[in-house]
Amino acid sequence: MSIERNEKAAPVSRPQIMGYTDRLSVRPGASIGFKVSCHGATQYRGSIVRLLAPAAGKAAPPMRVEPVETGVTGTYPGRVQEIAIGSWGFVPAEGLLDTAQGLTLQAMIWPSLPGRGRQAILGTWSEATRGGFGLELDETGALRLQAGDGAGRTIALSTGTPLIRRTWYRIAAHFDRASGEVTLSQEPIELHGFVAQDRVTVRQRLDFTPRGGAPGVSFAAWPIADGLPGRAAPFRTACHFNGKIDRPRLASRTLGETELEQFGALDVPVALADAVVGAWDFALDMTTEAIRDRGPRGLDGQFFNMPTRAATGHNWDGSEMDWKQAPAQYGAVHFHDDDLHDCGWDTDFTLTVPADLGSGVYAALLEAEGASFQVPFYVRPPQGERRSPVAYLAATATYAVYANLKARLTTDIWEVSQGKLLVMDDIDQLLFDHPLGLSCYDRHSDGSGVAYVSRLRPHTHTRTTGRLWNFTADLFIIDWLERIGLGYDLITDEDLHAEGAAALQGYQVVVTGSHPEYYTTEMLDGLEAWLNDGGRLMYMGGNGFYWRVSHHPTAPGVYEVRRAEDGLRAWDAEPGEYYHSTTGEYGGLWRRQNRAPNRLTGVGFIAQGFDASSYYRRRPESRDPRAAFIFEGVESTLFGNYGIMGDGAAGMEIDCADPKLGTPAHALVLASSEEHSNVYELVNEEITISHNANGPLHNPAIRADMTFFETGSGGAVFTTGSIAYAGALCIDGFDNDAARIATNVLRRFADPKPFVLPDDAE
Amino acid sequence: MFKIDPDRTDLALEFKRKPYGRHSPDLQAVLSVMRGLPIEGKHLLVTTKPQEEWVLARMTGSPVRPELVPEHVFTDIREAEWLVFKLRWKLLTGRDLDVD
Repeated sequence: MSIERNEKAAPVSRPQIMGYTDRLSVRPGASIGFKVSCHGATQYRGSIVRLLAPAAGKAAPPMRVEPVETGVTGTYPGRVQEIAIGSWGFVPAEGLLDTAQGLTLQAMIWPSLPGRGRQAILGTWSEATRGGFGLELDETGALRLQAGDGAGRTIALSTGTPLIRRTWYRIAAHFDRASGEVTLSQEPIELHGFVAQDRVTVRQRLDFTPRGGAPGVSFAAWPIADGLPGRAAPFRTACHFNGKIDRPRLASRTLGETELEQFGALDVPVALADAVVGAWDFALDMTTEAIRDRGPRGLDGQFFNMPTRAATGHNWDGSEMDWKQAPAQYGAVHFHDDDLHDCGWDTDFTLTVPADLGSGVYAALLEAEGASFQVPFYVRPPQGERRSPVAYLAATATYAVYANLKARLTTDIWEVSQGKLLVMDDIDQLLFDHPLGLSCYDRHSDGSGVAYVSRLRPHTHTRTTGRLWNFTADLFIIDWLERIGLGYDLITDEDLHAEGAAALQGYQVVVTGSHPEYYTTEMLDGLEAWLNDGGRLMYMGGNGFYWRVSHHPTAPGVYEVRRAEDGLRAWDAEPGEYYHSTTGEYGGLWRRQNRAPNRLTGVGFIAQGFDASSYYRRRPESRDPRAAFIFEGVESTLFGNYGIMGDGAAGMEIDCADPKLGTPAHALVLASSEEHSNVYELVNEEITISHNANGPLHNPAIRADMTFFETGSGGAVFTTGSIAYAGALCIDGFDNDAARIATNVLRRFADPKPFVLPDDAE
Repeated sequence: MFKIDPDRTDLALEFKRKPYGRHSPDLQAVLSVMRGLPIEGKHLLVTTKPQEEWVLARMTGSPVRPELVPEHVFTDIREAEWLVFKLRWKLLTGRDLDVD
């Protein structure tokens, strides 16, 4: 019988190194810890660097990574720090699992990958002692009871009938002490549709009493050894389950058929109270990692590695879509063998941020025999100080959601959507060699979407090298800001989420990165409140303010996304699973929740394509006196036909104005892009009836709109409507019209002189 | 399903001239087939100098992993696109693409 280990670190032929931090945003005087795993080298060098410009090829200025002298610069012993991937749950219950009178196990399950190795479901079975009792799927996907006495006697009783994928079953096993017989059964219980299986029941005599298992009840994995030092999980595990478990139950005697039916009720009948060991309700404390027991013993526990909560249960009938309104129908948790929360690594070194360190983007640079890795962090100004009228808002929520995106290298269709060859490098290779977890753009191994991401693990994409996207492309904007002379203070999404408008108070202008796509309610409220108080926003990208994201309330560094209903989605949430488990909020596009990005910025996402970018053509509105300051020194009608990202300023992901979606009536659409490549197709939330004219050859909506409007409180908003704009700033030594326009706007926005609404503004 | 006409070498030349950007509908149809090939066996590039040098690779195995094809090194990514286009042309039409 095989043990399915899920820690898939591959042997590596050359040194590799990676790490992460215990926090992201720090002020001078604060401490930040760096956790490092080093493979194939006995030591490594650690140092602090400031990140100022990406590695962007010969047409761009050179990469700027400036060393910063700190006390942490030095050589450190290299060590491998393991990653225990795969979600599971455990309820400690040592001494409470008496089987003297027999036992019953029951649960409703929805297997999503039956037949893919052994998969634990529920029980006290321990692979280490080969004792206890537990229900699992065997290698064929059939239900199997494992039982042992920890002293060498074991049985493995299978129903012999593989379960059908994505189908609800009630499964049960009971051991009758008096007769010495174990009974195992599986029964499809789908509310709708046709399942060509009947109930299967098998029996076998047992000539020993199960004992000697784990000191508690495990869900979705079997303990194989003591937990790694310093980790939350009490055991190392194997045989991870893929699928949902709902209403798991354990009783201390065998139950008859009628009693088994009653045992599955939300509240266990009084008549069974004497027999109940545990009656777990996974809908209780939904927003947390806690496992709660409705039974008399209060056997509570904890989930590890963030299985997906707020999942529809066996009895979800579609009458309610919000788990808060019908928790009894949301008693399931969806486990995955590739869930990962906190690597839990030991700290290698700790930096106390020097008092004179300027606000900006920094990283610990890890170097080991040719391998290197940047672990970024963000330095804010000292508490209560502002060193510039300009705040740069680092899109750390978006960076987290994209972290360790593997689907771009492992799915058939990705190259079609990109319109160019897939490209990776040595650091992307880490995703193939180590179990680093996934991004919210990936699907789990069972095909379900990845709803949670964590920053407590190495991230492969936040660096100066690699794909010019997101964090890396945002360094183009940092490089530009560095050259204007106004300075800037850096604030992260996490700061805005935690502090709201107060995080931005006192700044004249907030500059975004190239792709601030994910916003929490708190971030959006904070930014909006600050704008209503006279703030000025430079939205320097495309596809911003698009999806709702939320923070886990009790696990800092964990974000949740539900790709509900609509939008350009890497996966689609399961029916009924559109509400976030971490906050109870409705997931999906802000556009679906009365907060289309057009209302905040004037523009909203309209198309994407990554093969080539285009240019802008000025529109008559750009000659409006209100916009004169923007085009000062700009002579040409066309601009932006250059850039590092696709050879143009308008591209990658682009936004256009749309009054229907809330673009203010007085907004000036200053310039629009045109002639986009065939790859740019209309986003699907714009498509109600499918047809073959959704590309740029036929649809005039596919364009990036540069817009400007005053807010009525002395503030203003400017947008480029394009991710690729960031890559145009540096062309010709930052002496080009795209850069000139951005700089004109920045200087005026930094000037406290109020903007005034036009007389005819509605 | 759309099949590539091996006699339409004009489309290959169109791609060679302009691998990125707006293409004719006929070339776009060819590219959609080529770029949508299964990930197993698919060619890709592994960067050896950021944004400046790449080596050809191919996804192999299940789950897939990149395997280098080290004899093909590029300093112009458009040349890599052209080589892979020719490899895919042969794969999908059975004919060598004999144009330059």
